[in-house]
Amino acid sequence: MSKVWIITKRELSAFFDSLIAYVMIILFLGLSGSFTWLFGTNIFMLSQASLDVFYDVAYWSLFFFIPAITMRMIAEENKSGTIELLITKAISDNQIVLGKFLACLILVGIALLCTVPYYVTISQLGNVDDGAVLGGYLAMFFLSASYIGIGLFASSLTQNQIVAFLVALFIGIFFHMLFDVIGSGGTGFVGELFSYLSIRTHVDSLSRGVIDSRDIIYFVSLILVGLLGTQIMLSKRNWK
Amino acid sequence: MAIVVENLTKKYGVQKAVNDISFEINTGEVVGFLGPNGAGKSTTMKMITCFMAPTAGDVTVEGASILSDPESVKRKIGYLPENNPLYLDMPIVDYLRFSAEIQGVHKSDIPTRIGEMIEKCGLDAEKHKNIQELSKGYRQRVGLAQAMIHDPEVLILDEPTTGLDPNQIVEIRKLIKELGKEKTVILSSHILSEVEATCDRILIINKGRIVADGTADTLRQQAQGQELLTVHIEASKGDIQKELLGLKTVETVSAIEGKEHWFTVQSKPDASSRKEVFDLCVSKKWYLLEMTGMETRLEDVFRNLTN
Repeated sequence: MSKVWIITKRELSAFFDSLIAYVMIILFLGLSGSFTWLFGTNIFMLSQASLDVFYDVAYWSLFFFIPAITMRMIAEENKSGTIELLITKAISDNQIVLGKFLACLILVGIALLCTVPYYVTISQLGNVDDGAVLGGYLAMFFLSASYIGIGLFASSLTQNQIVAFLVALFIGIFFHMLFDVIGSGGTGFVGELFSYLSIRTHVDSLSRGVIDSRDIIYFVSLILVGLLGTQIMLSKRNWK
Repeated sequence: MAIVVENLTKKYGVQKAVNDISFEINTGEVVGFLGPNGAGKSTTMKMITCFMAPTAGDVTVEGASILSDPESVKRKIGYLPENNPLYLDMPIVDYLRFSAEIQGVHKSDIPTRIGEMIEKCGLDAEKHKNIQELSKGYRQRVGLAQAMIHDPEVLILDEPTTGLDPNQIVEIRKLIKELGKEKTVILSSHILSEVEATCDRILIINKGRIVADGTADTLRQQAQGQELLTVHIEASKGDIQKELLGLKTVETVSAIEGKEHWFTVQSKPDASSRKEVFDLCVSKKWYLLEMTGMETRLEDVFRNLTN
């Protein structure tokens, strides 16, 4: 476990030493803030004390931001050859993957924490359903973790960060939107299957403030599949 | 026995990059892998360091196998990969601390280890810089420092002196020689003089196989074969080439192109023609201006074995 943390620490300091972390947090806050408070169907138009508007914006901005964070995680190491340095040290492949995953998750977690003032402000304006808020944050957290898993996998496929970014978006869009579209169009088992696969279904269910084990199982499996895929790509060098 | 390599094979598709090689390296030996580009030196090193698994065969490092116990193999090895990849965005000290932590150096020992490495590798003046601000020579030193930070029993250095200027090469060689007193070192190179200067033992690898194994001297002796002389004779009359060929010990004589009166004389196996050539010149009243024995250089050994 401590080896995982060593990797996480290094990745986090790489985020904060370069501008990536600050740019990401500021852009995320700027985007979600302006659409929640200033433009479009903002909170004042809805005149409801709820964070739903914010979750809608975050749902899309995280979808684009997370691949931008994860794209360099492994692709850059593949390109510069530092992956060889890392692998030949006394650390296992899954510790490397887990360390990088945690670093991304912490960064996104910090960005999400920075939006807590939104909740505080809205709770001053009216009665907020605290359960729904908590559920909504939990949904955003799991959504982020799932996309980080997918993003790391995409990053492990290539040496090119742009390719990693696009592949992550391509895989992501199925869970983000397409499965939902197919699911609502289909009927019977197929329809249900695709709605179950869609992230939207589970985000909606969690944001209602109901913590259902089916949603948790869905997210945890999605995360595990992403991490497993990444680890398999790292271990590919060992195939005979 | 520090390293035992048994029937190691690595296939890339149908091509065999390393083809069934076996050798043993004793503790404290400095061994040089020598071979043309693409001979399989780096691939062999990558398998010993657990970067990639072999198609067949096994390696044990200080008793631990790369197949069954890669983690302890990795802990026993310090590795400097080809082209020396580094995290360029990190300051030297942070990078060394990261390497030490990951290699499991005890937390309380880390500052002293970093201090020792910085001193040993001559990084003191640069220690607060980011790695990307360093020149190639200093980066190479950082590469060496990270390889040695956990005091490994075995050091594996893939082309440690490529891209360095002559002064830096001399310094790095000195460092390697010093390390070789306490540790087992494997280094690869395609520069012969380097291997000759630093290594106790040379393994020449070609097309995935070991074609020679021994010290520089034994390799030279094996390749020596027949004596070769260059002679310069000034004669007023007589056919020099024919007379030389008439000597009992001489096998072939050839005139050196572009130089008048210069000849290359090859003796028969296990024979020397120096005295005979001299006596011939005396009896014919020729002037023997020059006679040099040509020593087989390591370059020739290398070219014979790998061509």
